[in-house]
Amino acid sequence: MSGAHPTFTGNKALQIEEPLLFEIGEVSKTGVDLIEPDAHDKRLGGLERKKIGLPGLSEPEAMRHYVRLSQKNFAIDAGIYPLGSCTMKHNPRLNEKMARLPGFGDVHPLQPQSSVQGALELIDTLAAWLLELTGMAGVAMSPKAGAHGEFCGMAAIKSAQLEKGDARALVLVPESAHGTNPATAALLGYKVRDIPARDDGTVSPDAVKAALGPDVAGIMLTNPNTCGLFERDIVAIADAVHAAGAYFYCDGANFNAIVGKTRPGDLGIDCMHINLHKTFSTPHGGGGPGSGPVVFSPALAPYAPLPYVVRQGDEFVLVETAGAASDANKPFGRLTAFHGQMGMFVRALSYMMSHGADGLRQASEDAVLSANYVRAGLRDVMTQPFGDQICMHEVLFDDAFLKETSVSTLDFAKAMIDEGFHPMTIYFPLVVHGAMLVEPTESESKASLDQFIATLRDLVRAAKAGDVERFGGAPYHAPRARLDETRAARYPVLRWSPETPAQAAE
Amino acid sequence: MRYLPLTDADRQSMLASIGVQNIDELFADIPAEVRLKELANLPRHAGEMEVERQLGAMAARNMAASTVPFFVGCGAYKHHVPASVDHLIQRSEFLTSYTPYQPEISQGTLQYLFEFQTQVAMLTGMEVANASMYDGSTACGEAVLMARRLTRRSNALLSGGLHPHYRDVAETLSKLSNSPVNALPGDPLGSEDIIAAIDEETACVVVQSPDVFGRIRDLSEIAAAAHDKGALLIAVVTEIVSLGALKPPGEMGADIVVAEGQSIGVSLNFGGPYVGLLATRQKYIRQMPGRVCGETVDANSRRGYVLTLSTREQHIRREKATSNICTNSGLCVLAFTIHLSLLGEAGLMRLARINHANAIALADGLSAIDGVELLTGNFFNEFTIRVPGKGADVVEALAEKGVLGGVPAARLAPDHAGLDDLIIVAATEVNSPDDRAAYVKALREVLS
Repeated sequence: MSGAHPTFTGNKALQIEEPLLFEIGEVSKTGVDLIEPDAHDKRLGGLERKKIGLPGLSEPEAMRHYVRLSQKNFAIDAGIYPLGSCTMKHNPRLNEKMARLPGFGDVHPLQPQSSVQGALELIDTLAAWLLELTGMAGVAMSPKAGAHGEFCGMAAIKSAQLEKGDARALVLVPESAHGTNPATAALLGYKVRDIPARDDGTVSPDAVKAALGPDVAGIMLTNPNTCGLFERDIVAIADAVHAAGAYFYCDGANFNAIVGKTRPGDLGIDCMHINLHKTFSTPHGGGGPGSGPVVFSPALAPYAPLPYVVRQGDEFVLVETAGAASDANKPFGRLTAFHGQMGMFVRALSYMMSHGADGLRQASEDAVLSANYVRAGLRDVMTQPFGDQICMHEVLFDDAFLKETSVSTLDFAKAMIDEGFHPMTIYFPLVVHGAMLVEPTESESKASLDQFIATLRDLVRAAKAGDVERFGGAPYHAPRARLDETRAARYPVLRWSPETPAQAAE
Repeated sequence: MRYLPLTDADRQSMLASIGVQNIDELFADIPAEVRLKELANLPRHAGEMEVERQLGAMAARNMAASTVPFFVGCGAYKHHVPASVDHLIQRSEFLTSYTPYQPEISQGTLQYLFEFQTQVAMLTGMEVANASMYDGSTACGEAVLMARRLTRRSNALLSGGLHPHYRDVAETLSKLSNSPVNALPGDPLGSEDIIAAIDEETACVVVQSPDVFGRIRDLSEIAAAAHDKGALLIAVVTEIVSLGALKPPGEMGADIVVAEGQSIGVSLNFGGPYVGLLATRQKYIRQMPGRVCGETVDANSRRGYVLTLSTREQHIRREKATSNICTNSGLCVLAFTIHLSLLGEAGLMRLARINHANAIALADGLSAIDGVELLTGNFFNEFTIRVPGKGADVVEALAEKGVLGGVPAARLAPDHAGLDDLIIVAATEVNSPDDRAAYVKALREVLS
């Protein structure tokens, strides 16, 4: 199929092959005009550099190079991107415009505080929105991403217990959790104890009680969980955790399902990170930057890290050092240079102000409605690991419906690519065989959801009809056919180097 | 609401397809006593104009770097970014894509990551680099953890020239994982003897050059001494443009190089997002944290790129992963890579020469003022001056005159003695001769 009518260049109309920068640039070329300074004596201590080897491009060449690369990417702006657990919602362009206002984008983190009062006000305002939406007592704004926020939350738990002389060694984590949860616990020196799920995909208070003990520091639970279900016994779980002297960390990756519908603070949660790049629409940007503020219960709020903003009358003060903290606060330390992902704060606040209280709640309702609509549209042809039950903002399928076919979850996903869709999250959560986790978000129209459902129904039909070719060799129409990941890991080539002769693109 | 495509008619029809009467039935698993009726204390939705008005008012209360003579550095620098960079990173295909989990439709992201890794390796003089960390300070913290894994030792030795925020991050990480750190006191005069502090327990020696006071350090002897004792040298660079002028850490024996990449392509953003660089030797790649992109071929034998070595990472290894990180700084990586592609070696080295020349001119101008002493002999684009009185007061007085004149050293490290009267001053290509003259004039007035 892909070999039909081969072209001289290897290009296929709008799909243009593009060599590496290092194969087209020249060391002597530059796309930036700078005026050579007057001759002067250098003060570099005799450590002057002679060469680097970096190629340069003129501006037209650079534009063409990176525009061509961009055309090899799928994007939310191009189509549905239903990656479960990732919340690939629309990224409003107003947010981008606001983040680029010189008063936000062009201020330095170490300017005198008197010259950045508006920036501190923005951080304080966003913090107030987050506290109101979550019903919590305090917030740490500096974590740079979700996993960084997890570390922040668990560090507060550890610090609170250490202060009481109550060092504990274990953290409970359900088997369905994101891998970052056990990795974070391990980073803080904790051992991880798995909690099994019930047959319906949720965690039972009894299982938690059985695992609790004087050596358990806390539990890390995702809610809604990674199976797309609300942990309906969450209040009982929180009570049991607290009764054992432990704390409740909630992974807030799936907060988009419940904004304005319930508040983590009312559920008994002690700390939760919020992925601004998921729930509050800051762009995913090909894998970052993220931003992961952490909200805290009254018990943990005093341990929030440096720096933080406080309001004193009309003035905003940035507290940067332990010495400047008030007596009530016992910050556990510092997680990053400077004050956090300001560029993301502006975008998130722009999104929140645009939606308002009514729009945020409507967005969550639409996200949940859309996921259930996908479930209803596919429940008779695909299989769900925990039976057909109402889900939150994402719906989880397993691969049981593919059992009599030779099609795997991976094949099924790759065939979706040929149909013009980004596949859903696959093989996660790990506890479900051949998992397919679909999160449409609130950004899809009904027509878009209908087309998605119709396409998946056709793929299921084809798989059951034995149309093996449609799956095994997929994708046929993408810029690349299936890539050899084993080879990449076994013989790692992590950079271009002049010794390696460049291969032809096709 | 302009961001929500569903109409009320759509919603009714969808509820009917699902087989429920109303939306509340979909939220029935939330216990009734904690269900929220509304968000009473927040405003309702707002149009673009209203949001622009409110956020615009906040933005207007800040002094933007480009509007004043500007000399603030210490880990974040004001450089000029070509217009094409911001245009390109806002292309939908870059801005609104996710981590390249499906490489066949993510080759754009993967190829620029591969280009970025190569550029970072070349710049730092190392063999390989990862696909970026959150920022320089967290890259530094992760490098310390990586060195502990590689050496199976726990003690980290931090130079007094290390940016105090970086030191605090490494100390916080270490304290919480019960690992010892030996942080030497702030060293504005360059008098510390770090080699004497290396012993058989040392996992790594962390040295910044140019250091937080601006001083350039030759790392070769420290590297040799560290290796003698079986320790690793972690070199830290907070001003990446300096590597357009200075011998890279990789040529001075560094085992891991971490850097803040903000200076190339990324705006000041009041501290973030930025882009952390981490480069090392090929033999250490399996202990490297973070995402890595690698070259491979597709089923038709065409060259392509994938995320690789994922057996180090949390989604596979869970509690045995090398780090909990599961993101990189994607869009900032792209900005860095495009800006550096535009500069190329010729442009970067010239940019570095301009920065150095401007810093020398400023240092000479400031140190000619009565009572002002230049403490930094060899520097790139940043240096430290001693002023009569408190540095913080002088910086504040300068700001009142419309000059952002640097960072008081004591702001970064109030617990270190002898920093009260020091100001750390940066000069880059954005500073005109008029800016420098305005600074000299303002400082003279403040001190008179």
